[in-house]
Amino acid sequence: MQRYLISRLLMTIPTLFGVAVITFILLRLIPGDIVMLRYGTGALVSEDVLRAERARYGLDKPLHEQFVNWLWGLVRGDLGLSMWTGKPVAYEVAIRLELTLQLAIMATIIAVTLAIPLGTLAAVKQNTWVDYAVRVFSIAGLAMPSFWLGILMILLLLIFFRWSPPVVFTPFWKDPLANLTQLIWPALAVGYRYSAVSTRMMRSALLEVLREDYIRTARAKGLVEYLVIIRHGVRNALLPVVTVIGLEFAFLIGGLVVTEQVFNLNGLGKLIVEAISRRDYTMTQALIMLSAAVFVFVNFLLDLCYMWLDPRIRYR
Amino acid sequence: MWKRTGMLLLVALFLASCAPTAPSQPTAPQPAEEQPRYGGELVFAVDAEPPSLDAHRETTFAVIIPLAPFYSTLLKFDQNNYPKVVGDLAESWSVSSDGLVYEFKLRDGVKFHDGTPLTSRDVVATYNKIIFPPQGVISARKALYAAVESIEAPDTRTVRFKLKYPSASMLANFASGWNWIYKAEIVEKDPRWYEKNVLGTGAFKFVEYVPGSHVLGRKNEDYFIKGRPYLDGFRAVFMTDRSAMVAALRSGQALINFRSVTPQERDDLVRALGNQVVVEESPWICSQMVVLNNEKPPFNDPRVRRALTLAIDRWGGSQYLSQFTFLKHVGALMRPGGPFAMPESELEKLPGFWRDINKSREEARRLLREAGVPEGFAFVLKNRNIEPYPSLGVFLIDQWRQIGLRVEHQLLETGPWTQDLRTGNFEAMLYFNCDFMDDPDLQLLSFISPERSPVNYARYRDPVLDDLYDRQSRELDPEKRKQLVWQFERRAVGEMAYQLPTLWWNRIVVRWAKVKGWRITPSHYINQDLVDVWIAQ
Repeated sequence: MQRYLISRLLMTIPTLFGVAVITFILLRLIPGDIVMLRYGTGALVSEDVLRAERARYGLDKPLHEQFVNWLWGLVRGDLGLSMWTGKPVAYEVAIRLELTLQLAIMATIIAVTLAIPLGTLAAVKQNTWVDYAVRVFSIAGLAMPSFWLGILMILLLLIFFRWSPPVVFTPFWKDPLANLTQLIWPALAVGYRYSAVSTRMMRSALLEVLREDYIRTARAKGLVEYLVIIRHGVRNALLPVVTVIGLEFAFLIGGLVVTEQVFNLNGLGKLIVEAISRRDYTMTQALIMLSAAVFVFVNFLLDLCYMWLDPRIRYR
Repeated sequence: MWKRTGMLLLVALFLASCAPTAPSQPTAPQPAEEQPRYGGELVFAVDAEPPSLDAHRETTFAVIIPLAPFYSTLLKFDQNNYPKVVGDLAESWSVSSDGLVYEFKLRDGVKFHDGTPLTSRDVVATYNKIIFPPQGVISARKALYAAVESIEAPDTRTVRFKLKYPSASMLANFASGWNWIYKAEIVEKDPRWYEKNVLGTGAFKFVEYVPGSHVLGRKNEDYFIKGRPYLDGFRAVFMTDRSAMVAALRSGQALINFRSVTPQERDDLVRALGNQVVVEESPWICSQMVVLNNEKPPFNDPRVRRALTLAIDRWGGSQYLSQFTFLKHVGALMRPGGPFAMPESELEKLPGFWRDINKSREEARRLLREAGVPEGFAFVLKNRNIEPYPSLGVFLIDQWRQIGLRVEHQLLETGPWTQDLRTGNFEAMLYFNCDFMDDPDLQLLSFISPERSPVNYARYRDPVLDDLYDRQSRELDPEKRKQLVWQFERRAVGEMAYQLPTLWWNRIVVRWAKVKGWRITPSHYINQDLVDVWIAQ
């Protein structure tokens, strides 16, 4: 087991290195650089000044040298300075991480709270009106992009209450009410879509499990139905659901670009898009590496989770 | 639950669709005798974020709007009487009769926010950084002060600028909203300190800047104008998404966006809020032009370029495009309605500005025949992918189609667009220019030879225009200067048609009626110190 975990951890190194190489190359293939964007048109400056500015950012160095410098910084835990603001990338990430994490956690709680009971109910009451209602609810969630739902929410709040969520983030520990007043709406919009995927997965996984021999055995030995469902059915059906929930959670760290814009949230998703459009190489590279690391870490946690859910699973 | 939610959605959509389509605009100006009220925090939306905090090196409004309240300038524009210049840090000033010496007397008792007094040394250090920047320090508007020979501080309250030659626009340049006065001790030690830090003498003291979120300022109790500012503080909130910005304005989470809103956003806000908001509009010192690459045939032929400008119905385009974009005013190179604008009767004589578009297009076809391309030709119009560029691009392509030109519209992201513009990798390109004041030195700069202008992207050399530019720049008689400017316009836009002006922007500011003491000016780069702003309730 221990050996397996160590080998899994070591496997992350080539994965992350591959991400680093691809990110670095792709970014350099996009035309235009930060100097051109900042001073290309508005500033009355000559080509010499632009060249000097490029040299200041290290953009005049050969690509392999730029890559090695960045990678060496990364190994030492130094993400470098944002080319746009000049502030440390770690600082820029840190001020946005709290909001992004909280939103991801809130959306996950909403999704899990909706998905597991609704998916279970739909499977148990298969082909009844309850099942149909849950399926319509989940298909609607899949069909509606969360940012669109967010726009609709804001519109309704404006029309009926002449109110919209606060535009500046207040940390939960400073003022829980102000914090929740702002984040509950995007969490609902994202959580609903997120729950739709998980609900459908829960329903189909449970339907499959309920046809297994051990369920028939449990029923035959006279176990109460709800215990059959909860103890033997739901627990075994959770494996694929946990995978979906885990991957969706990883996606939420940096993937909520449009929803963050609609609600004017200062999160990592918006930062990634802005960094790319500003050709802020150091920031973009760091954020993509962070996102990749989150995916790798979540997958690792999922593997551990499988063992807890299904004791038959043993890694060697 | 389902039913109720569905009904709620339907009702909301119904209400939205039933709203009146042509809202009337409340434009009631505040009564002059209204007594300003102290207190309150002004929350306003800023639709971009500053790349750094140093206005001397940056060119975006995202630096000016949230940070100007922390700083003072030597002079400033009078918001009630633009383009009149009034003192900010300067108590008085004089200009020598030959126009070669400008002397400013500074106010007494001005303090930086760290408590140290402001002296003429600070002004000298600031302007040295702007005009003679040290190696490696970018000064975005250094070129505007080419006439300045030296800056001196004869005593602690006097600053003297000596010029190499007279410059008609120099005084107004000292009112530039970009020229924040920095502390000499800091600038001399580290000229890049102000890129990441804030320390000025403005009406508000810096509290915090949270990247991606907001800038916070609180009242400067030691401000040099007694009794100002009225506000306790302000919060500039960055909102890059326009729907979020409009929602915030609509709900009162933000009370104003100082830059501008689009005509549709204005209508939405007026429809929703009625007389709770006030709309102010002004021709904007921002214009959109077609840059033709004069090095690439057939654009090296003035007949072809004239044909292209003659095909554009600017008067008609103004009517359509102004309904949904910033584009509105018809003018040549100087802002319509501005102090240097060519009168409409004169403007209508310029090719491309004729009222009779059929006659204009007939002339365009004749010129194409004369240039040896009677069947027209094909070319690519490279364009930026943000509004109002694409709308204008579509309009222009349709205009040119009517004289037989086949134009491919290529939309580019800002990075590649800028790169192609600067490297000359284009045939025709849409470009824009925004300035902080109406001044021929600024607005005509992109039309003089590239050796002298880093912004002549059309890649031509014209000694006649260069000479006219210099003459108008040094002409101290306003009337004579205006004549020289018009002469320049007739050649650059009419006779040679090097680059084609299209339409000037219209600035639209919607503010909650309770926000008082602020008036629209033709530029969003000025009048942002918030000194006179107050909130009524």
